Amino acid sequence: MTESDRPSPQALLRQAAQEGRGRLKVFLGAAPGVGKTWEMLTEGRERRESGIDVVVGVVETHGRRETEALVHGHEIVPRHEVAHKGHTLAEMDIDALLERRPQLALVDELAHTNAPGSRHPKRYQDVEELLDAGIDVYSTINIQHVESLNDVVASFTRVRVRETVPDSFLEQAEIEVVDIPPDELIERLKDGKVYIPQEATRALNHFFSKTNLTALRELALRRAAQAVDAQMLEHVRANALAGSFAVGERIIVAVSEHAHAAGLVRAGKRLADALRAPWTAVHIETQRDQAFSDADRRQLADTLALASRLGAATSSIPAADVVDGLTRFAGDARATQIVLGKSTRSWWFELRHGSVVDRLVRTLGDVAIHVMPSDPEEGKAAVRRQRVRTPWGAPLDYVLSSLMVAAMTVLGRLLLEVIDLSNISLLYLVPVMFAAATFGLRAGLFAGLASSLAYNFFFLPPTGTLTVSNPENVISILVLLGVAIVTSQFAARVKMQADLAGSSARQNAALASFSRQLTASATHAELTQAICAEVARLLNVRTVLLLPSPAGPVLQAAFPPEDRLEQIEQAAAQWAMDNEQPAGRGSTTLTASDWLFHPLRTTRRVLGVLGLAREDAGDPLRSDQVPLLMSLLDQASIALDRMVLEEENMRAQALGERDRLRSALLSSVSHDLRTPLTTIMSAAQAMKRHPSIELAETIETEAQRLNRFVANLLDMARVEAGALPMKPEATDMFDAVASAVHDTRASLADHAVKVEIPPDIPLVRLDPVLLHHCLINLLDNAGRYADPGTPILIRCRRIPGALLLAVADEGPGIPPGQERRVFETFTRLEGSDRVRHGTGLGLAIVKAFTEAMGLSVEAANREEGQGACFTIRIPESLIMANFESEDVE
Amino acid sequence: MKVRHKVLIVDDEPHIRRLIQAALVRADYATIEAATAREGLDKLRDERPDIALLDLGLPDRDGLELVPLFKQHSDTTLIVVSARDATEEKVAALDLGADDYLTKPFDTDELLARVRVALRNRMTRGGGVPALSVGDVKIDLLERRVTKGGAEVHLTPKEYAVLSQLAKFPGRVITHGQIMAQVWPHEVEHHVEYLRVLVRTLRQKLEDDPQQPRIIGNELGIGYRLHASPDGGAPARD
Repeated sequence: MTESDRPSPQALLRQAAQEGRGRLKVFLGAAPGVGKTWEMLTEGRERRESGIDVVVGVVETHGRRETEALVHGHEIVPRHEVAHKGHTLAEMDIDALLERRPQLALVDELAHTNAPGSRHPKRYQDVEELLDAGIDVYSTINIQHVESLNDVVASFTRVRVRETVPDSFLEQAEIEVVDIPPDELIERLKDGKVYIPQEATRALNHFFSKTNLTALRELALRRAAQAVDAQMLEHVRANALAGSFAVGERIIVAVSEHAHAAGLVRAGKRLADALRAPWTAVHIETQRDQAFSDADRRQLADTLALASRLGAATSSIPAADVVDGLTRFAGDARATQIVLGKSTRSWWFELRHGSVVDRLVRTLGDVAIHVMPSDPEEGKAAVRRQRVRTPWGAPLDYVLSSLMVAAMTVLGRLLLEVIDLSNISLLYLVPVMFAAATFGLRAGLFAGLASSLAYNFFFLPPTGTLTVSNPENVISILVLLGVAIVTSQFAARVKMQADLAGSSARQNAALASFSRQLTASATHAELTQAICAEVARLLNVRTVLLLPSPAGPVLQAAFPPEDRLEQIEQAAAQWAMDNEQPAGRGSTTLTASDWLFHPLRTTRRVLGVLGLAREDAGDPLRSDQVPLLMSLLDQASIALDRMVLEEENMRAQALGERDRLRSALLSSVSHDLRTPLTTIMSAAQAMKRHPSIELAETIETEAQRLNRFVANLLDMARVEAGALPMKPEATDMFDAVASAVHDTRASLADHAVKVEIPPDIPLVRLDPVLLHHCLINLLDNAGRYADPGTPILIRCRRIPGALLLAVADEGPGIPPGQERRVFETFTRLEGSDRVRHGTGLGLAIVKAFTEAMGLSVEAANREEGQGACFTIRIPESLIMANFESEDVE
Repeated sequence: MKVRHKVLIVDDEPHIRRLIQAALVRADYATIEAATAREGLDKLRDERPDIALLDLGLPDRDGLELVPLFKQHSDTTLIVVSARDATEEKVAALDLGADDYLTKPFDTDELLARVRVALRNRMTRGGGVPALSVGDVKIDLLERRVTKGGAEVHLTPKEYAVLSQLAKFPGRVITHGQIMAQVWPHEVEHHVEYLRVLVRTLRQKLEDDPQQPRIIGNELGIGYRLHASPDGGAPARD
């Protein structure tokens, strides 16, 4: 097998992840009214008729009669009602569906947005959960709801839909196009077969033009073809068929805080799909990011989240400027294509700084650069936001700037005798630079303006007016103003860089102190408390930390102290833990919770969830705090993982030590008890040869019994210590029964043992020694309770799903109601006047050993005749396939 | 005058040594005793016993280590006696070269029977037995013929291979691994289930009552033992 023939590990992993998961089939239509729901229901009915368990999760009939008739044949899981602003909305009841566990669920309108307060904001997330639970789902969608085609559809229909489904979700689906020609669709629309009639005319004008429908149809067919293509490719990769596919293409989409970046991301997705290339959305962090408003940050986070939903990797790279950052990132990622937005900067800015595109083209010679135009409407919004961005600063800054200018004026008047008039202007540079450096650009410009006015008013002849008599002095004023502008820009930039450095230093310091705090914690409890307290302090929020337990997440630590969570919070925490994704306020799931829960995880497992909330019940996090939170979560996870591993290690060591002691004790007890027993038994045997010594036989049989009890005690000790060694192997019932009968021949001397085993009984896979102990205990027990001279029956039977091995006697049987009690340690059957020997351990051992091997045992009275019957049940999973001896020749 | 066979008893328990010694002397064997591994190895070299009974729980050395040492230094037949009932240990001892094993507490008659089997195998040096019989079943290893009550029993090649492996050392336990290595020499991984199925069909062809086999005996988790004697005597067991 050559290197290239080998299946790609990622493809195999994806295939493995699909196993055990439900399959998704999506009926894709170009427009409403093509008959998706009808098609889905028809196919659902066919599946039901072929014996599949099909239920309707949700179907919108829009009052269409044929559709309603189709629904009636199906079992419908009732929707649950959600109250919202005085309306009741009926949503799909996901919990009821999960409870009902059909093989196939029909869920209409995949792109539907759920009522606020539902578990997931979107229906496709509900479907994801059904698929995870192993339920197959049929669903429907129209082409304009496909995320990456959203822009394209909006561009020619002028209708933008808000409800979209990510492409990455649809990639797992089998797609079937429900297609009718546009003319026919328009005909159906006129006949009122689409929507409810009064809405149809309105819809027709806006959306259902023939050109629109033709274009939509083409899109739908193309999307389906692409899905088939992708699935074929996946199959090729997983099976390493000799297929050819583009390799080495890598796409980068550069995103900014502008709203049109979302369009760029969608364009990047289409390009990536066409080239089958991995793609990354990257944001280059420059000084500008410092000045971002909250709205900008949210926009940027939304854009990156969109990219990640569309299947991109996302990245944020700090750099001195965009070109440097992109060049470096493109180099590192070995990008072959870059998607950029057309700049919204003015021609004036580009003239001075050079256009980003031009510089990129110059530095990245071998990379294709795509420049996308920005959506004019969205662009306007972006520009508007940009205007309000630079801060004006506090009024005090301007007062102080004015005072400094005044002080310089006074100083200038005093020095006028000594120095030249033109040099006085230089004095004014001092307040300008000071203001720019301390208060920022605007205060600097203000100081520059004030200075030039003061210079003009107080120094330039004629003084006391703002008129200038000598034209040379006009130049002086202009130079002063120019110098003020340039210096204040430079000074302001230096200040901004210092601020940036300061804030990243603060962040680093915070992280360093966080990690110091965590390392200082010696115990698990201290550590969790430290994580809560530190995160709360650094982000100024309330925190809780929950750890996983069999009963769900358990509150472990909180800051400030908190002893319980509301039910909705508990649910959000559980969801975050199960799905390893954030849940709660500010996330996309269970947003009604006041808390935001982030999972703490390593690559191996989820360690817990950290919950954040604000005192005023606002959004727990500002978007610029997200990177810091992520770093904190990483460090907390590492510290927690280390602590858990250390504890596990210590426990394992202690366990190992205990096991060593226990096995040493067991082996010494078994040796020390058996050695004298051997001596006694052998001595008694020797004595039996001399008839003069009576009772030698009694000594021998009693010693043998003692030996059996010792064996049982040791076995019980092993069971209770959980130290049963298991060596399952193919075992023949004939051997097992024969050995047990042989070893109990002395105690069963008074009974005839009948064995009934069908010759074709299959082999079973279990530990022969443990089974032997079970059988001799059952035979012993039968020998003790059965009346002397009565037969003991051992019968082995194959029944569907199991193999039964029964030991039946003809004794007094088991008193009613005692069937379970007989297996308890030191229980002996009462209600009988006969004194029985035994430790009362035998049956308890049978129960413990059978359970350890995965079998079960039960006691009952015989159906026919009198006596007790003990049956060991060997489940199907341990029964080996019967094969003929010819197979092994 | 009859030359008595020499049996070496290696056990740290004086009582056990004395009992075994008494039983063996009664059955007309000469005995040598050793309380430690060191002493055992010395006596083995000096006295050249025919049979050694080795206790695995000796104070100065692990018994399992001694098994290969005993086999290296002499051609003594080695019977392992152990209080430990872990089957792996018995299989290990057998696979390391021990000829048989006995679990404490044991029956003195059982012990004597094992010693007899060991001596008999020693005389014939394994594989040299031309024919043997148990009950009405006769196994002729030269002619490769098996008869039951005078009538020929048809065996498949694999069935015969298993039976002949057992018949080479009648009365002695042969581990699953030892049988399978001979019967399926090319299989890397041995599946006990194949062997079990073969033994089952063998029993159906040879035993009077396959439910209670008397010819091919099973040793739990260890192997099989053929209860036959070359002279057509009674089975060693029961």
